[in-house]
Amino acid sequence: MSEQNTIPTWTRDQMAARVAADIADGAVVNLGIGLPTKVANHLPSDREVILHSENGVIGMGPAPAKGEEDYDLINAGKQPVTLLPGGCYFHHADSFAMMRGGHLDVCVLGAFQVSVKGDLANWSTGAPDAIPAVGGAMDLAIGAKKTYVMMELRTKTGESKLVDQCTYPLTGIGCVSRVYTDVAVFDLGAGGAQVIDIVEGLSFNDLQALTPVKLTDARN
Amino acid sequence: MINKISPSVEAALSGIHDGATVMIGGFGGAGQPAELIDGLIAQGAKDLVIVNNNAGNAEIGLAALLKTGRVRKIICSFPRQADSYVFDELYHSKKIELELVPQGNLAERIRAAGAGIGAFFTPTGFGTELAEGKETREINGRQYVLEHPIFADFALIKAETGDRWGNLTYRKTARNFGPIMATAAKCTIASVHEIAELGEIDPETVVTPGLFVKHIVKVPRTATGPAGFKTA
Repeated sequence: MSEQNTIPTWTRDQMAARVAADIADGAVVNLGIGLPTKVANHLPSDREVILHSENGVIGMGPAPAKGEEDYDLINAGKQPVTLLPGGCYFHHADSFAMMRGGHLDVCVLGAFQVSVKGDLANWSTGAPDAIPAVGGAMDLAIGAKKTYVMMELRTKTGESKLVDQCTYPLTGIGCVSRVYTDVAVFDLGAGGAQVIDIVEGLSFNDLQALTPVKLTDARN
Repeated sequence: MINKISPSVEAALSGIHDGATVMIGGFGGAGQPAELIDGLIAQGAKDLVIVNNNAGNAEIGLAALLKTGRVRKIICSFPRQADSYVFDELYHSKKIELELVPQGNLAERIRAAGAGIGAFFTPTGFGTELAEGKETREINGRQYVLEHPIFADFALIKAETGDRWGNLTYRKTARNFGPIMATAAKCTIASVHEIAELGEIDPETVVTPGLFVKHIVKVPRTATGPAGFKTA
């Protein structure tokens, strides 16, 4: 689809920076596996943000230097990480109590689809011979005070991942409040899909043409 | 005199019977009690139900146990990983039963078993296919799913330091499922790298009180290796 190649998009790092800019000083945040992990690299240095990982660590620091890896200190993606001063460890039931109990401020997740009502599909494509694996996806989706999704607006074949109704198996219902994509940022809720930011060089009408979901222009 | 220190892995595992439900600690490689799993393979118990977050990596530890064909069913949250090919093959050839549980529900069901909770309502999974057929209830305007405890006959966990009363400390994120699995099994067996005299572990830092532990066994310290992802 040549049209898809010609429209302006934010890079993945620009998307991550856009999410990071919205995370407040002092927030406790869980970054999902994959694209959301990039947000950590873009948190403004004048803000103190505490990172939680559901396998049992809070106050998580960056990846260790090569040769310094300790595989008893890993994140939810099982990659080696470090602990910042003030960070600590806890068991799995406590870790998910932090999440389910509403003690995290923000959770950023990837998605296959998000519906205009904030339903999330990100754990299974429903392929009949695939091995199902859910991990913490369903707990993360409904736990934090705010659940954000970070994804490309369209699949590789050009279909919108922002949809009126998810067709993939659901992870959570009505849980996503904001979606950061490569072309725009959307707020979801009772008012439908509100566009709060669009990549430079793309008009609102161009954006509307990319998705069947009816959009409202809510840019300041 | 109370002495929970076992002379060997073999002695610590001798009671595990065919058909047992066995919880095994660990999240990927961290906290996976490799020596106890190898001991269980050598011990030979079969028709097992295993509870773990994952379903094994490469052909070591839990994956090696699955490969023996002695595991009837696995209860876990995330079986599919870059290096889970042993499980994948068993699953596709229908040689193993899978009960897939969201990770937080897995943790809380284990905790509930240890804490004497009959069942509990959780918002996790409501409206998804993993809650199909389960009782639901609206409480204070929010929707919940009824989940039941997971009990075990045995728990095999990896700790850091233990004493003869069974008190345990853990190391970093290797703690993960250890403390809750210790509470949910009739017989908890912990591997440790250090054995301390009574009173030597600062009582303020004991994570698992000894009453939850039946046997501890000292194993040599080896560095935990990477697991669960594709190395670049």
